[in-house]
Amino acid sequence: MNTAISVSGLVKTFGRTRALDGLDLTVSPGEVHGFLGPNGSGKSTTIRVLLGLLRADAGTAELLGGDPWRDATALHRRLAYVPGDVTLWPNLSGGEVIDLLGRLRGGLDPRRRAELLERFELDPRKKGRAYSKGNRQKVALVAALASDAELLILDEPTSGLDPLMEEVFRQCVREERRRGRTVLLSSHILSEVEALCDRVTIIRRGRAVESGTLDELRHLTRTSIQAELARPSDGLAGLAGVHGLEADGARVRFEVDGGRLDEVLRHLVGSGVVSLVSRPPTLEELFLRHYADDLGAEAKAAAR
Amino acid sequence: MTANAGARTLLRLALRRDRVMIPVWVGLLFVLALTVLTGYQGLYSEEAERREFAAGINTNTSLLAFYGPAHAASVGALTAWRLGAAAAVLVSVMSILLVVRHTRAEEEDGRLELVSAGVVGRYAPLTVALGTAFLANLALGLSVTLLLMGEGAAGAVAFGLAWTLTGTFFATVAAVTAQLTGNARVANTIAITLLGAAFLLRAVADSGGANGPTWLSWLSPIGWGQQVRPYAGDRWWVLALPLAGAMLLAALAYSLVARRDLGGGLLPSRPGPAQAAPSLRSPLALAWRLQRGALAAWAAGFAVYGLVFGGTIEGVDELAGDSPSTRDAIARMGGTTDLTNAFLVTAFGLMALTASVYAVQAMLRLRGEEAHGRAEPLLASPVSRVRWAGGHALIALLGTALLLVVGGVTTGLTYGLTSGDLAGAMADAMGGALVQVPAAWVPAGIALALLGPAPRAVAGAWAAIAVFLLLGQVGPLLELDQWAMDLSPFTHVPKLPGAAMAVAPMVWLAVVTAALAAAGLYGLRRRDITA
Ligand SMILES: Nc1ncnc2c1ncn2[C@@H]1O[C@H](COP(=O)(O)OP(=O)(O)O)[C@@H](O)[C@H]1O
Ligand SMILES: [Mg+2]
Repeated sequence: MNTAISVSGLVKTFGRTRALDGLDLTVSPGEVHGFLGPNGSGKSTTIRVLLGLLRADAGTAELLGGDPWRDATALHRRLAYVPGDVTLWPNLSGGEVIDLLGRLRGGLDPRRRAELLERFELDPRKKGRAYSKGNRQKVALVAALASDAELLILDEPTSGLDPLMEEVFRQCVREERRRGRTVLLSSHILSEVEALCDRVTIIRRGRAVESGTLDELRHLTRTSIQAELARPSDGLAGLAGVHGLEADGARVRFEVDGGRLDEVLRHLVGSGVVSLVSRPPTLEELFLRHYADDLGAEAKAAAR
Repeated sequence: MTANAGARTLLRLALRRDRVMIPVWVGLLFVLALTVLTGYQGLYSEEAERREFAAGINTNTSLLAFYGPAHAASVGALTAWRLGAAAAVLVSVMSILLVVRHTRAEEEDGRLELVSAGVVGRYAPLTVALGTAFLANLALGLSVTLLLMGEGAAGAVAFGLAWTLTGTFFATVAAVTAQLTGNARVANTIAITLLGAAFLLRAVADSGGANGPTWLSWLSPIGWGQQVRPYAGDRWWVLALPLAGAMLLAALAYSLVARRDLGGGLLPSRPGPAQAAPSLRSPLALAWRLQRGALAAWAAGFAVYGLVFGGTIEGVDELAGDSPSTRDAIARMGGTTDLTNAFLVTAFGLMALTASVYAVQAMLRLRGEEAHGRAEPLLASPVSRVRWAGGHALIALLGTALLLVVGGVTTGLTYGLTSGDLAGAMADAMGGALVQVPAAWVPAGIALALLGPAPRAVAGAWAAIAVFLLLGQVGPLLELDQWAMDLSPFTHVPKLPGAAMAVAPMVWLAVVTAALAAAGLYGLRRRDITA
């Protein structure tokens, strides 16, 4: 087995919605793989197919060397899953849920459980309905991280966490990678994926549009720069990788390709930098830039 | 009126969501009233027969306990008598379920948060819930008023108003309990417990006849409805009691809404254990944990019913008196000529039908778990779909059997104590209850057979129960063809006590249940799990 997850040409339709439209996804053992896409792009659907909860209409999917639909029960012994929208049983406490899910998977390490509860500052005695969204997510995270599963499937696990807890989560994922576990991390937040993942697959409308290491994808990212210079800079517009330049005397505003940042900054320094604001690209911008064409088509279709 | 902003839109949404539930409830209760009315019109067309019947009622403890005293002997008065207490409980159950569904259940599922964030006033959801329940009760009251018009307009209006206002009163009870707790199931349970207490209070008040503690009935909202005495004086002023009570409770509910947070209740939710008990380690253990509270409540209900009902059996023979038509009708329903036995058979048939309501509800927990997304983490663990469903199915089937055992034992107990032959009464009651078990299972099998392949069609299981109920209640009176009667599993139950025991039909019913369950599990294994 040389891939943890290998999906090709996956198609899944719900009535007239084509949630997955020929998706390809490959995750190697031991890597943290970012599964990035805007809301409704098909991330959760892919994960549910991989868990054998949904049956694909076409394409092939292999998980830990098995068929996710046919061998579901056996494969589930080797993975842990955190759903995107965690709902708990109203009359079970968080601690009971963690223990139950752990035991179903064949037991969990009590020391690790206690440690995780402390790190996530989670009170295990509350009942399901007394938890906020973030705390429900923590219950599922503790249950998954305290297991000894070789594959972790996490569906937007930080969407309800505050920034402090997000940091705890990032540390935990880094530890898991060091222990050699494979992680599939779905997210719609680019910075999270950048901070944690070895490789990334970007999905849009049920199709993988980019896949590779972060360095390989660097060309996709464009940083917005806003600077006040000592004197007007000439030649900026002529530099490779600079886009959308707006100059107002000594004030400039533009976007620059990730790979060209160094060159362009050197040029700015030549004109004397008084102040500088740089903003990393957001996922939305990335999509807007790369798919402006079919977004335009969509807008036209919607207007009709 | 900003606190009620958005109520109009929400009300339209609520009525749309209830476009099946309300017509089904109103329709069933209307058919029940229709059946009783036409039954009495046919059975007791003679004034003398009715007088004898009414006199019999007022000397029979069990009938007094269930239905209260008869105040006049017209067809209208007897119909109002028969529908004034036990059926009014059904009207109230409908109201409670409607209100909790639109208040606490919405809030618990988080949908209300979405709505409240929009331009919706703080009080609007409660206003909408009460409005929906009131409209349903109004429709019900109007329809039975129209039905009874032929027996006299004043009595018809009085009876319709009694049902409408009793239902509305319990709608406001539910409006209050929905504020107390964070859990819709608990809110329903508290309200229905109060309803049960109101019914029992008037049962105690009425069971002693004229010499009993009749004043107690004035403390019971179900008693108020009876005290209106439609077709026997039409005491309009009594209607002021449920009306005033409803207004007070509604005011209380509104003031509670103003006092608490969204999602919270006034009763504190107790913390649970930090670690799971060692036994909580399988899908069956989880299913038991989720279902045991409901099963205990149902079992308690069956026990109370059995104890009350068992105490009323002795004396049935006298009640029917010399009226051959009454004897004939009861025997026809019960299928045996001995009146006491026929009474038992009929009562256990109804008990079994009620138990099958439990069975379907317990089975449909599966759908609730799936729709709320709680099945997903289990099915993503090494738990197969069949094991997951099997846990709940096992509890549904064994729970149904348990309810009938409880009903049989308690009935046998008080029957035996009043008749003096405990062993004989116990044997009769247990036999009569146990033979019903396989029939009561069939609707649960239907539920699973639908839930497996077609989760959106599960309401079909409730429709099946409604059809079985109507076949059993109306079929004999209408003298339906045998093939139609055979559609109901309850038709095939041996008429114990009295008739000979027949094993074959019970085996067949069990086989049908097993086949339905197998089909359901087969379908479940092949479909998508979706919220
Ligand atoms: N059970 C379902 N029934 C119908 N449509 C669905 C279902 N699940 C997902 N979809 C649709 O499929 C698309 C992809 O959804 P999803 O996989 O949840 O996206 P993501 O997780 O990336 O936000 C969306 O358009 C969504 O509305
Ligand atoms: Mg998702």
